Amino acid sequence: MKWARIAAIVFLLTVSAACLLADFVAPASYAHQFRDLPDAPPSRQHLLGTDDLGRDRFSRVLYGTRVSLLLAPAAALLSSLLAAFIGGIAGFAGGWLERCVMAGTDLFLSLPWLFLLITVRALMPLNVSPIISVVITFALLGCLGWAGAARVICADARALARSDFILLARASGSSGFRLLWRHLVPNLKPVLYAQFWISVPVFILTEANLGILGLGVAEPLPSWGSLLRELESFSTVTGQPWQLVPLILFIVVVSSFHLVLTKEELPA
Amino acid sequence: MKKVLVVLGLFILVVLGSSSVLAQSGGELRFCLRSEPKTFNPLLAADDSSETIRYLTGGVLMRVNRLTQELEPELAESWKVTNGGKTITFQLHDGLHFSDGTAFSADDVAFTIQQLMDPALHSPTGDSFRAGEGTVETRVLPKNRVAITFPAPIAGLDRLFDQVAIMSVTSPQREMAVLGAYYVAENKAGSYILLKRNPYYWRKDPVGRPLPYIDSVHLDIQQNRDVEMLRLVRGQIDFINSIDAEYFDKVVSQDPAMAHDAGVSLDSEQIWFNQVSSSPLPSYKKAWFTSTNFRRAISEAINREDMARIVFRGHARPAVGPVSPANKFWFNSKLQSHPFDQKSALQRLAQDGFRLQGGVLRDHDGHAVEFSVITNAGNKYRERMATMIQQDLTGIGIKLNVVTLDFPSLIERITRTFDYEACLLGLVNDDLDPNSEMNVWLSSSDTHQWNPSEKTPATAWEAEIDKLMRAQASNPNPKKRKEYYDKVQEIAWQQEPFIYLVNKNALSAVSAAVHNVHPVVLRPQVYWNMDELTLGNEVARNR
Repeated sequence: MKWARIAAIVFLLTVSAACLLADFVAPASYAHQFRDLPDAPPSRQHLLGTDDLGRDRFSRVLYGTRVSLLLAPAAALLSSLLAAFIGGIAGFAGGWLERCVMAGTDLFLSLPWLFLLITVRALMPLNVSPIISVVITFALLGCLGWAGAARVICADARALARSDFILLARASGSSGFRLLWRHLVPNLKPVLYAQFWISVPVFILTEANLGILGLGVAEPLPSWGSLLRELESFSTVTGQPWQLVPLILFIVVVSSFHLVLTKEELPA
Repeated sequence: MKKVLVVLGLFILVVLGSSSVLAQSGGELRFCLRSEPKTFNPLLAADDSSETIRYLTGGVLMRVNRLTQELEPELAESWKVTNGGKTITFQLHDGLHFSDGTAFSADDVAFTIQQLMDPALHSPTGDSFRAGEGTVETRVLPKNRVAITFPAPIAGLDRLFDQVAIMSVTSPQREMAVLGAYYVAENKAGSYILLKRNPYYWRKDPVGRPLPYIDSVHLDIQQNRDVEMLRLVRGQIDFINSIDAEYFDKVVSQDPAMAHDAGVSLDSEQIWFNQVSSSPLPSYKKAWFTSTNFRRAISEAINREDMARIVFRGHARPAVGPVSPANKFWFNSKLQSHPFDQKSALQRLAQDGFRLQGGVLRDHDGHAVEFSVITNAGNKYRERMATMIQQDLTGIGIKLNVVTLDFPSLIERITRTFDYEACLLGLVNDDLDPNSEMNVWLSSSDTHQWNPSEKTPATAWEAEIDKLMRAQASNPNPKKRKEYYDKVQEIAWQQEPFIYLVNKNALSAVSAAVHNVHPVVLRPQVYWNMDELTLGNEVARNR
């Protein structure tokens, strides 16, 4: 499967490059409404046609992919760091601290995420630009998505804390922060990477779900969530198959993220 | 000669046959409800599904003809409003029966009114009749007459009885005994409701045949509009009473004969600014929103024609004011929709000290003009409208932030915290009479959206609207009432506390199997003449 992994990496790099260069590649602004051409089919001027307000769909796919592909890894990084900090310390310390932290984590996991996100989104200030709004949305996802990963990391840290090499390190005088930073964290890296790569598609999907509920990225900024909302009405899509392009891209990108993971990094 | 007689005989048979098809179709009509009815008690009906059941099963004293918008007698042969609009006396039809065979009498009307006005019942229908302090007096008079006296005059009193389904005082079936064309025969919670023909229904067709023609109505509970649409296309249901513009175009492309656009409806979409003095907005924004010039400039900067054409695919019309042109009597025909004119908008803004600097509009203190509009998440039409307004306003240097909120959060902001700047919502209007809008226009009302519950009117024009609305509500003369309400519409047009955007068309899709269908703009658009609908021969036989 090495070739598949390479293909996935190449694909992700190509998509990322196209999105980063969207300002040069996109034929029109993602927000501009060509009001004489709503719901237009693909043409030379509009490669993927236009949406219901006459906005160039190809440009919106490029910018939407940029938003989702930049911010989902950022949110995944935030949640992985939080998970590493909380789970790592709890697992390493053990005892009552671990029990307390894990009880808190379980409580966090039992929260109804979607409702929590909707509530927090509703409490946000109204007058924020779409870009700040999307950053806040992904930051929220990052802040709320650490608990599952923290449990995995805690279990791993606990096992490492009881291992022979940690015992040896302790015997040779290492303790506290040095023990944690020099011996534990390097050994937690594979599981942290795995948690990061798993979180990326999860956050992309969560933003897409919020977008489908109309609570994702604010107009006129596109994201995969807002692009996928066009597919809500099955009967409309059947006559316009080019509307499926964002969905196909989304599936291929999420699949590529999974292919990027090596066998060792995949969760058991 | 023989041949001529045979042809003549065949002709007579065909004619008689076709008339009997129209008159006695039998069979089962099928359509979808979008949710389960919350109640079968007609006095408590507030949701669409309960109102559908009430319309199909309830017998009323008089009915607003949805086609002509005129009031017509039903259970009451005649009526008379006296005592300055406080008393209404009905002469009832003799010899009528409820669906279970119980006789109908004036006592039933008295019982229904007593139930309707019982404060403990909290009847939404009863709210329209509450005028002034005091009790409602109902007197059963000889010769099958009944008189109802209200503590204060109610303008348009007779039309309110269109919503009051009469209940039996003696029937053991209570509210399930009905006087309408159908009765509820089966209710499978969450799945379907089966209505069967009321054998005691009183109406007959012009040749004396009993109505309704169709034997039963099968109401499927179906929330998903895609599924509803697919079922219509497959012939599993017979019509969709109210259909979105997007689906309507789909129907047109598949079978134009099924698509019915009855024209502009009573429903409107509008935007308003928060003018609450105690709101947590900065004072310079309060000054913008309370300025008539600012509101009118925003209104002129919005391209309503584009909105109707793009968002509603041409099945909407730029709105004029609070009353839709579909409301034949009350619409003020002197008024025209606000034109799209961004130059004029900038001139109005300049009068208030706003100026355009480098493409950004600034007020006289230098604040860049930026505000947010909230609307309910999940309503793609409103989201699209807001996005179009966003682009339109960039033309006059205004930055608009579109915020979609879940409905409870939105209601919390517009009714309690007042932490919002502008709001885009729609108004579903069922009632033609302006009395139903008293709660919106009176400045003291808690649903006076732009500035609710004012102790005294905040502006002179609101005081004027208060005066005019009260005057029309207490005047029994329809012409005089129309004069007052025309003036209210003019003030609303000039001041624009609500910036009316579009009036949507009444769209429906009806299978060719259903005959005698004349879709209208008033609810229920398709089945308003339910007892006269028939099914084609083949469909009637197969169901």
